[in-house]
Amino acid sequence: MVPLSWYLALSAVLFTIGVVGVLIQRNVIALFMCIELMLNAVNLSLVAFSRFHNDVTGQLFVFIVMAVAAAEAAVGLAIIISLFRNRETLNVDEADLLKL
Amino acid sequence: MEFAHILFLALASLAVVAAFNVILQRNPIYNAIGLITVLCCLAALFLTLNAQFISAMQIIVYAGAIMVLFVFVIMLLNIRSEESVTDRQKYLKWLAAPLFLALLGEVIAVVRHVERFQPPAPLPSANTMNNPEAVLGTVESIAHGMFTDYVLPFEATSVLILMAIVGSMLLARREKKEDIERIEQALAAQEAEQPIVEDSEEEVAA
Repeated sequence: MVPLSWYLALSAVLFTIGVVGVLIQRNVIALFMCIELMLNAVNLSLVAFSRFHNDVTGQLFVFIVMAVAAAEAAVGLAIIISLFRNRETLNVDEADLLKL
Repeated sequence: MEFAHILFLALASLAVVAAFNVILQRNPIYNAIGLITVLCCLAALFLTLNAQFISAMQIIVYAGAIMVLFVFVIMLLNIRSEESVTDRQKYLKWLAAPLFLALLGEVIAVVRHVERFQPPAPLPSANTMNNPEAVLGTVESIAHGMFTDYVLPFEATSVLILMAIVGSMLLARREKKEDIERIEQALAAQEAEQPIVEDSEEEVAA
């Protein structure tokens, strides 16, 4: 059986790549994808802990995280569409005011 | 080296390469394809961790629904391929590399302390069990947990999804022409410092 530390290391690497993506990407859709990447990295460590503790709670957390991610993606993409309609750009540096 | 180790290493390296694809590509469609690859690799890893239901949900909800939404928006917006003219925050790129190494070092240092976790006993297969609720990762065990101990978070999630539906429809809808005219009239009335007759107009302006 693969040890727990391998799963946690993979989870850490994916999470860190997501953080770096949020820092270096300027496209707002790509930023959203980096956030989804971070959520998935955390999901992996939750499922791994669930298996190694033999407890189903971690998998329930992952289920709820997925529902929250779906809600977040729907609202976020709606905001992106409305932003693009008003600004004609997807660069986050251009969208630094809360008013339209 | 067992088969499980080789499988893990293959899936993990594919996931990391695809994750770098997500953050380094300039075209959002390539980013989306990288993210879909990561999601599929993670679904396979969930299978190795006795999380069959979560693995199926990962494919259906994440790779199916959420990523289709992303790709749909990318196609809908018809983004021009020209790269950002104003790279005002270019220094963030040089900030990102040391932060990456620092965060990674911290996490690896923590991970080294979990070596004491012994691999758990292999679970019995669900088919031979009389009560599948006791087996980790089956639909029965997840449903049992979700509708007994965690029923409040479950209901809160349903309210959250309802709010997301209403909110996204409200945000992404196109304003009607007569609505815009009414808003403009209300704004003009405010600027002329005339008392606004109807409350409804104020609401529209807000």
